[in-house]
Amino acid sequence: MTRAGRRWLLAPGVAIGLLAVAGDVLAAGDAAMTTELPWWVWPLALFVVCFALGIVAVPAGVGGGVLFVPIVGGFFPFHLDFIRGAGLLVALASALAAGPSLLRGGLADLRLALPFALLASASSIIGALVGLALPATVVQIALGITILGIVALMAFAPRSESGTPVTPDRLAMALQMNGIFHDVATGQDQRWHVHRSPLGLVLFTGIGVLAGMFGMGAGWANVPVLNLVMGVPLKVSAGTSSFILSLVDSSAAWVYLNKGAVLAMIAVPSVIGMMLGARIGARLLSVLKASVVRKLVLGLLLFAGARALLKGLGIGG
Amino acid sequence: MTQHDSADRVSAEQRRYARLLDWGARTGFGILVAAFAAYVFGLLPAHVAFDRLPVLWTQPLDAYLAETGTPTGWAWLAQLAKGEFASLGGIAVLSGCSIVCLLAVIPIYARRGDKALAAICALTIAVLLLAASGILTAGH
Repeated sequence: MTRAGRRWLLAPGVAIGLLAVAGDVLAAGDAAMTTELPWWVWPLALFVVCFALGIVAVPAGVGGGVLFVPIVGGFFPFHLDFIRGAGLLVALASALAAGPSLLRGGLADLRLALPFALLASASSIIGALVGLALPATVVQIALGITILGIVALMAFAPRSESGTPVTPDRLAMALQMNGIFHDVATGQDQRWHVHRSPLGLVLFTGIGVLAGMFGMGAGWANVPVLNLVMGVPLKVSAGTSSFILSLVDSSAAWVYLNKGAVLAMIAVPSVIGMMLGARIGARLLSVLKASVVRKLVLGLLLFAGARALLKGLGIGG
Repeated sequence: MTQHDSADRVSAEQRRYARLLDWGARTGFGILVAAFAAYVFGLLPAHVAFDRLPVLWTQPLDAYLAETGTPTGWAWLAQLAKGEFASLGGIAVLSGCSIVCLLAVIPIYARRGDKALAAICALTIAVLLLAASGILTAGH
């Protein structure tokens, strides 16, 4: 890694260190301190932390939403109801910012996305309603288990750059889910088809429930389903996943908005911090060693997932 | 090569969707940032005093709503002059801009005789409108 890369990595490293300290303070039961600090400290801290998360999210290849809920939930004093509302908006804002260029560049495929987005949007409403109705401890435990599952998925799931040569199923043929992806990096055109689309529809329905329930983006699940289950090339999977999130998170966000679970003082600094950080992160792709950042993020998620689980079980926090 | 293939040959509906999504997202972000700045810097009055927030945001949603009298459903629209609700206006634009994009591509699919995709777009709009309507969240 270059000297510039190490310097840039220091910023999120320091922020993550501060998070750990903040977590220890809260874990030690010093909750009174959180209410004694001036109100503006929290949105400012949220902005700084989200800025740091935005920087590391891009090189680590994860969405900001999946980092936001467990990390802010673990280290900030906000109730989980408001964190999930803000998390959905962070994921939605990221998806909306990326969506137009992904569609124009052919990295997201509208025809492929729409059937899955329909089911995931509908199920995310159910997830959001269930998530807001369940006791916070139950959601914390489920969140912890889900985050630990995501860490395992990110650490061990294989990836198929070119997708898998497949024989399209009848549904995929009827909906013409196919295309030719032009990879600018290699200059090659790559024809792709989809198989197991009925299984994909079932899996996306489940993903929608999780996205709505925990207020997270679900790129961590969308990409493996599109890429490994259905045989779509990795870059098209990642682009289409991001676009699907713009619809799934919209429907869940309405539920949180209508319930009154979106606090501007929490959601807006988070969205702005994450968006600005992601812009820096995208520019740092060439100087940061992605594998190092990815390990750092996986470690942080592992810590946050374990913390959410223990918090839900009433152990140490 | 089919219509929705490579980067330089993306389909007409995909280009139209991208253009509208771009406008919707920019408009939503603009409103969000402007309204939040007005809220934080006191240009718009706050519904809940800032110094009460550190106590209130640690509480579950129901307790927060009961203590602050924060409206649910679409009732916040009547209070757009207050900072926190003006910021929600930006969030509503972000959450709703996909509906316009979907509406705009239906005629393209319909003209092409692509009834399945036109129906999927219409159903997705129905899902988003149902979520936005507040019908499902009434009586919390």
